[in-house]
Amino acid sequence: MFSLEGITTSVQDWLFMKFNPTMALAMECVIVILLSISLFAILGLILVLMERKVAAHIQIRLGPNRVGPGGMFQTVADTLKLIMKEGLVPDKADKFLFNLAPFVVMMVGMLLLAPIAFAKNFQIWDINIGVLYISAVSSLSVIGILMAGWASNNKYSLLGAMRSGAQIVSYELSAGFAVLTIVVLTGSLQLSEIVKAQENGWWIFKGHIPALIAFVLYIIAVTAETNRAPFDLAEAESELTAGFHTEYSGMRFALFFLAEYINIFIVCAIGATLFFGGWMPLHIGNWEAFNHIMDYIPSSVWFMGKTFFLIFLIMWFRWTFPRLRVDQLLNLEWKYLLPISLFNLLLVAIIAILGWHF
Amino acid sequence: MTNEEIKEYISSLAPAATYDETGEWLNILVEPTALKPLMANLRTGKMQMNYLFCVTCVDFKTHLTMVYHLSATTHRQSIVIKANVNRDTPVIETVCDIWRTAEFLEREVFEMFGVQFTNHPDLRKLILEDDFKGFPLRKDFEDPINMIKL
Amino acid sequence: MYNQTEIIKDTSELGADGELVINMGPQHPATHGVLHLVVTLNGETIKKIEPHLGFIHRSIEKMCESLTYRQFIYVTSRMDYLSSHINNLGCALLVEKGMQIEVPERAKYIRVILSELTRIASHELWLGAMAMDLGAFTPFFYAFREREMITDIMEDTCGARLTMNYIVPGGLMYDLHPDFQKKVKAFITQFKSKVTEYEDLVTNNIIFQSRTKGVGILSAEDAISYGCTGPVARASGVSCDIRKIYPYEVYDKVEFDEVIETAGDSFARYIVRVKEMNQSIRIIEQLIDNIPEGDFVGKTKNVLKLPKGEFYSRVETARGEFGVYVVSEGGTTPHRIKFRSPGFSNLSVLNHIAAGGMIGDLMASMGTLDLVIPDIDR
Repeated sequence: MFSLEGITTSVQDWLFMKFNPTMALAMECVIVILLSISLFAILGLILVLMERKVAAHIQIRLGPNRVGPGGMFQTVADTLKLIMKEGLVPDKADKFLFNLAPFVVMMVGMLLLAPIAFAKNFQIWDINIGVLYISAVSSLSVIGILMAGWASNNKYSLLGAMRSGAQIVSYELSAGFAVLTIVVLTGSLQLSEIVKAQENGWWIFKGHIPALIAFVLYIIAVTAETNRAPFDLAEAESELTAGFHTEYSGMRFALFFLAEYINIFIVCAIGATLFFGGWMPLHIGNWEAFNHIMDYIPSSVWFMGKTFFLIFLIMWFRWTFPRLRVDQLLNLEWKYLLPISLFNLLLVAIIAILGWHF
Repeated sequence: MTNEEIKEYISSLAPAATYDETGEWLNILVEPTALKPLMANLRTGKMQMNYLFCVTCVDFKTHLTMVYHLSATTHRQSIVIKANVNRDTPVIETVCDIWRTAEFLEREVFEMFGVQFTNHPDLRKLILEDDFKGFPLRKDFEDPINMIKL
Repeated sequence: MYNQTEIIKDTSELGADGELVINMGPQHPATHGVLHLVVTLNGETIKKIEPHLGFIHRSIEKMCESLTYRQFIYVTSRMDYLSSHINNLGCALLVEKGMQIEVPERAKYIRVILSELTRIASHELWLGAMAMDLGAFTPFFYAFREREMITDIMEDTCGARLTMNYIVPGGLMYDLHPDFQKKVKAFITQFKSKVTEYEDLVTNNIIFQSRTKGVGILSAEDAISYGCTGPVARASGVSCDIRKIYPYEVYDKVEFDEVIETAGDSFARYIVRVKEMNQSIRIIEQLIDNIPEGDFVGKTKNVLKLPKGEFYSRVETARGEFGVYVVSEGGTTPHRIKFRSPGFSNLSVLNHIAAGGMIGDLMASMGTLDLVIPDIDR
């Protein structure tokens, strides 16, 4: 049976057989870096195409359909165009920060890739404080956005960056509390442990109502955290032209654009891990035959399927809802989502202590 | 109110007014100095003309005529108030404190005909660029680049 | 590395009390044209909005002074390009009124049907564009699906999709397309079945409601004082429908309601326009089967000369009261012509309703004023 675990094990065995352990580790690092960069590129291409196709379907259009079969190479062509475009730097911009900002945003996305379990025993770094690591690193992206907005020396950018700062810092709380719900249920901060705990049922089913509430909160919060509509106030093209990346062009713009989609992928991957069991197949109680058939589907397919389902959900939001106003956005977080999160955490703590979950 | 009653009423406010009933509505020609008090009275007095729907100016080559179309949302009777102003130094008092819509309309007349509105809060060019010379809607306006003489 | 003092110097250009002046336009996604708004902000709150116009001013009034009474009608299509047919109608009515030209009944019916179709098309475009201003993209495509049917009907009938130029003084330029009635009926069926989609997607959307309710409130007194007309004034409770007050063509023969809301906020303006589309459908339904047979154009002289005097005619466009004021010296061209455009007056109210709100509110207010920039600039 195809499994990513088998490939990694055989590669590792071969490396350790041929080279001394230090050399082998160094080579493994290089392979991982190359793989994660290529994953980024491929994901960017796929997600942009997916967004356009989903949007087109919702808006009774066809979407890209000229370049390649079904428009499959449209994003490749777009990327080529962006690479060849001149990356303008505004005259009075703070050039160092202006150039650094897209890379900061990008790096945050790359760092977040580390603890995600893509398949069974297929994980870059199974850190024992995985959830904590994710919460800590994901809030760094706001620095990149603030940097971009400030360095552009553009009033629209500055407004967008300020909005984004307020928004990401606020919604980080709800996202954190939603994640904590699952941590309380599992009793571990390690992502592999969280996945393992869902062997006999995903938390969204096992965790009663609190897990469901936490999932809804999580989806709302991460939509806001990734600056996606209806919370795309940082960009808000009808108000601030393009918000914090108004002055960016060429490849720097492409990095922001790519980072947006990578962030979506990562938050959806984490959401899938926490609530839908990550790579764990769908197991129902003691239906042995059913569980066995489900096991035949590779774990990477399970993981990607769940992640892409969540990504579709977030895209669906974007093409349905109008944008919130900035005060309404903060009201929603501080007056509604945060109290609900706190209450939900209390509820889940009671359930976990009394052992009411399955 | 019939035209006769309106005439009587306006004569009591502006004795020098002259009337013209050939058109669709009653036209009242007043002195520019008498315009502002008359307008204020038309708005607040018994006519209650609360709706100023058109302010413009006409260049008759000998003089400029300010034209105000007034109506009321209650009785729907329309009258036209006119005032002739000097072509060289056209000055008339603003009515934009009576009807807010006059603010923009008078700014347009100011730049297109050069009529100076005294007491206007913000009399600047609205449509043309700030350093534009001449008054485009006057009959003697010449623009050698954009205008084609037939 | 960077020079810190340089950055600090730049921020010191902000106004004294932390004011931030931003230029919205002439190139900005929400102004839908080349409108330039100088917006003074305090944080996200708007302190003052100052419109600067004239980026597409073509001086149509001056142009018309050298065009004959047959020609000048077609220039007005380029003013409010979304209600071009109704603008043409206003001008034709003025010439017909001034010269006492009899218009055949058939022409009157067709003019009214096309006016109402134009109104629906204009409101459809507004609906999509306004939803886009608020960040919802999808309604734009839904609205354009129906609008496309209307522009197709226009194309069959007049040969143009936007600037139709179908009206001549005395009637119409040519007769109807044979498929006209069939296509209009198909459009009515389609529109009625799809109007619920707008309700689901926009009207009942909680975010849309919270963005528009209580935003940009305009009182009835202010609406009259600022000279607002059309849906903007009617949303504030001012009855100002020219079709009802001064009926022209066959509007006195058809039954329809003047839609009036009293809230005066952006949501009321939205509701008025959506309901007006339904009223327009109602008018078309009453007329479409009863178009009388006969001539489509009355008998006119070849050279039209308006008698000496002053003439004024007004029609209800999709944006409000469109007035034409002509001073004639008795020649073949007008001595002075003035277009009272609804957009100009509606724009003047923008500072009044949007100052004090937030940037997001400005989009809602500006969107519901339904500004068409060529109409404002003329």
